[in-house]
Amino acid sequence: MSPRRTDAGGRIDRLRTIRFTFDGAPYTGHAGDTLASALLANGVTLFGRSFKYHRPRGVLTAGVEEPNALVTVLRGEVREPNIAATMVEIHDGLTAVSQNRFPSLAWDISAANQLGGKLLSAGFYYKTFMGPAIGPLKSTRFWMFCEHFIRRAAGLGRAGIAADTARYERMNAFCDVLVVGSGPAGLMAARAAADQGARVILSELEPHFGGSANWSGETIDGMPAADWAARAAGQLEGYDNARLLPRTTVWGYYDGNVLAAIERVADHKERPGKGEPRHRYWIIRAKSVVLATGAFERPLVFPGNDRPGVMLAHAAERYANEYGVLPGNRIALFTNNDSAYRSALALKKAGAAIVAIVDVRPELSSEMRELADQAEAKILFGHAVVATEGGKALSGIKVQRFDMVNGALAGEARSIPADCLLMSGGWSPTIHLASQAGAKAEWNAARQAFLPPKPTQQGPTQRWIGAGAFTGSFSTAEAIAEGRAAGLSAAGGTGAPTALPPVEAAPGDPDPAPVFEIRADGKGFVDFQHDVTAEDVRLAHREGFISVEHLKRYTTLGMATDQGKSSNIPGLAIMAEALGKPIPEVGTTRFRPPFSAVSIGSLAAERFGGLRPERLTPMHDWHVANGATMYSAGLWYRPMIYGHPGETIEQAYVREARATRESAGIVDVSTLGKIAVQGPDAAEFLDRVYTNMFSTLAVGKARYGLMLREDGLAFDDGTTWRLGEQDFLMTTTTANAGKVMQHLEYFLDVIWPEPKVHVTSVTDEWAGAAIGGPKARAILAACVTGTAVDNAALPFMGIVHGKISGVPVMICRLSFSGEMAFEVYSGAGYGTHVWEALIEAGKPFGLVTYGLEALGTLRIEKGHVTGAEIDGRTTARDLHLDWMLSRKKPFIGSAMMDREGLIAPGRLELVGLISLDNQPLNGGAHIVEALDEANPHDSIGHITACCYSPALGKYIALALVKDGKARRGTRAHISDPLRDRFGPVEIVSNHFFDPDGSRMHG
Amino acid sequence: MLITCPYCGPRDVIEFTYQGDGNRERPQPASQDLDAWNTYVYDRLNPAGDHNEIWQHSGGCRAHLRVVRNTLTHEISSVAFTRGDHKVDARHKAEGKI
Repeated sequence: MSPRRTDAGGRIDRLRTIRFTFDGAPYTGHAGDTLASALLANGVTLFGRSFKYHRPRGVLTAGVEEPNALVTVLRGEVREPNIAATMVEIHDGLTAVSQNRFPSLAWDISAANQLGGKLLSAGFYYKTFMGPAIGPLKSTRFWMFCEHFIRRAAGLGRAGIAADTARYERMNAFCDVLVVGSGPAGLMAARAAADQGARVILSELEPHFGGSANWSGETIDGMPAADWAARAAGQLEGYDNARLLPRTTVWGYYDGNVLAAIERVADHKERPGKGEPRHRYWIIRAKSVVLATGAFERPLVFPGNDRPGVMLAHAAERYANEYGVLPGNRIALFTNNDSAYRSALALKKAGAAIVAIVDVRPELSSEMRELADQAEAKILFGHAVVATEGGKALSGIKVQRFDMVNGALAGEARSIPADCLLMSGGWSPTIHLASQAGAKAEWNAARQAFLPPKPTQQGPTQRWIGAGAFTGSFSTAEAIAEGRAAGLSAAGGTGAPTALPPVEAAPGDPDPAPVFEIRADGKGFVDFQHDVTAEDVRLAHREGFISVEHLKRYTTLGMATDQGKSSNIPGLAIMAEALGKPIPEVGTTRFRPPFSAVSIGSLAAERFGGLRPERLTPMHDWHVANGATMYSAGLWYRPMIYGHPGETIEQAYVREARATRESAGIVDVSTLGKIAVQGPDAAEFLDRVYTNMFSTLAVGKARYGLMLREDGLAFDDGTTWRLGEQDFLMTTTTANAGKVMQHLEYFLDVIWPEPKVHVTSVTDEWAGAAIGGPKARAILAACVTGTAVDNAALPFMGIVHGKISGVPVMICRLSFSGEMAFEVYSGAGYGTHVWEALIEAGKPFGLVTYGLEALGTLRIEKGHVTGAEIDGRTTARDLHLDWMLSRKKPFIGSAMMDREGLIAPGRLELVGLISLDNQPLNGGAHIVEALDEANPHDSIGHITACCYSPALGKYIALALVKDGKARRGTRAHISDPLRDRFGPVEIVSNHFFDPDGSRMHG
Repeated sequence: MLITCPYCGPRDVIEFTYQGDGNRERPQPASQDLDAWNTYVYDRLNPAGDHNEIWQHSGGCRAHLRVVRNTLTHEISSVAFTRGDHKVDARHKAEGKI
């Protein structure tokens, strides 16, 4: 018989039927079901195939710790792999598929791996395929060949390639008390803190508040625990100072009591509500934190413990009580502690037959005998399960006498038919968040568990207090008392002692017997998700991996998506036994964020998609309206080309660049960084930050300047205009505007606070247009009023103030294009007005607008450098800018720029390249002396920028080449195997066009 | 981590830019002592405990701050403006270099 829905009971809404599919087959469930409970109710036991051996796996747990039942959820083209079926709430239209199986879940080819099981031990793949190079079959190359197939055979879900269209958001929250977990302890803590007037946030990773109260079957305050929890949560909803976050996993505990959480806002709906994100990433700053995160039940390790039908005891209890699902009809239990007896009784009440309770302990309390009697279950004390029977579903178990003192098995093994086996290996408090916060867990021999240390309410960074099962207090009565005390303490209150709600619960000793593993023939799994067996752990020990950190990495125990929530302690116990040391001496690994899987989308949130910030120049709308193809450069959007219909990008920029050199062109340069440097010591300050002199610059003139970093490498370049005796306007490259500003501020704030200088970022205050070409001056003359623009009034690097179409403008004659050129600056709000006036004035002269591509072409032809050449590795000398290095004064970088390595031969130097086969060159292509297409090697440099030059009629490039200057006039080759482009080039000076500057000096 | 900016009050670390070890002494601008420059440019203290650091409130008032932070606990024991309290500048001032 297979699992089935009970006739009554559970907290599902039996009147609401929900339709979903799993592996293409249609199923129905009820509102309130998880994918796991709904599939179990439909008789499904096989959920997936295991990671390494492709063993059939069912569902082991009912919650976030599930290692086996991982599925891929499909939403349109978007696939989200490795989601625990126990955490998926079903909704109409839900489409889920199983993973790691081919061709189907029931018939999986790679399941043959099980036959070779003895071979596939820890480190098998690496040992076999990466061994020392003996012959052709063992080497790294062979590993690389095999890896593709191995990775395909092993592994979990497959990620999709479709873009995730869901919206995510980020939220900051502040509170006095954050309560993590809403079981009885968490509910009491939240209520107590809220009653003190504290601002409280209560987070619960499940859809419903209440934790264990939802399935314990206990009675609290005279009513079923689940009803009590619902009432308590409902009352909290009414508090103005309490915020309740269901479906919210607190996954990170960071310094200063900052906690990270993910709220699954819309995963349980067919589609998000209006304005709803899919996930919300909460960054919660809490004055104090109550950790009421409960405990995880541990599996026992014995052969066949991974067969579908084997499940944790509390999980089965939960399926019965919360979802009205019986995981089997003839159920056996295997336990080392008392908690399983309550589970047995719950399943008996739900309609199952309890065929046996196998208990490793030689004797039992009378209370447990009483519970077993009520469950009409036979107790086999002093016994252990040594094997499971069946194929893809459990048909029976084999038990044998067991001595828990020495682990010895005795007597004949006998079979007991059962379709479900529940195991309980004790409980481990969920101490992950406390561990993240730096708390060192302490081993408690009675509980056989790591418990959190005493709470730290002092100290600057972590202020948390624990309550309930988290502290190792496993009874509900203790949880309620500790919860209230923790809530009061966290809120800084004392509160009059009032009666606590009474609890009626099954009795039970919280301390398990110290038994983790039954050693018998066959594979006993420790880490279900990564297929790590007890034997793997011992093998690792025999091979010398005795540190728990090494053990983890070698066997991959606890490194799967469940992060060892069910496997860490059993693994540690087996290791401790192998080492002959007690568990606390073996130690445990520290938990790190995240507690459970977090969507990358939620972390990125509004940095992507429609809410991503963007910077637009004042003339942006004009560019778009006039046919510009916009290009994103950092946050900025700039015109790439103003293409004509039918033109390619190359045709467009070649036309724009050619027209600029033949008549005139205009380009938007508003994105250049602009910094006002003002004050009595402004000139002196600029002398210190630039390599060349600025104190000698006359008012009304501009100068090209170069900055170095402290280490002597080139940093940024640009022109700085002296607008007044104490008033300079510095321009920087677009990309470095922020860095240069920070650089200047650092020196003024930290190194040289005395100079009277103030720097202000004015990038967004000015609109800039650069107009260049033989007709540029005539165009300005036609539209500028209030000043002459002839050579006398406006010489090279001169500045004048005038008006264009009634708007004040500042014009500086400087050239990036190599043509007679001017930069026209106006107030940003008038940018489009001035731009349009210039366009209008330019019409009779054949003025064209040009974009970044043509701008790049014109500068490559001139050999000017940009960020592609000032790449943080080049010096002024490498770029032939040593003429700018003043010897008359120290400046930032002057002491370090002459270091041995920076002036040594063999450095990459800026050169020009001309393609000799008349084919385009590619940015990033390498340059070699001798071409060897089959085995490219010995690069002597690389291309930094390239274009078709209309002025030269050739494909050209700028490049950084070893000893480049000395190679001028020689030939080399480009070698670009990725793009399959090889060809001869000539190395020339970077000044391709008009090297003496006659055109710009005019 | 919160840094209490003297202008803006307690703000999240996300608003600040780390500007490095605050113990570095910049040689005099004209110094040709390459060892001193090398120490200044490349050597950083990395203490386990209180560390004298420079942070800029780049997402706020943009002031540079001298922050004493415990590298083990992230406890911040003092925050002050850097302006006017730099040892090297005081020495330069005494020597009439600035």
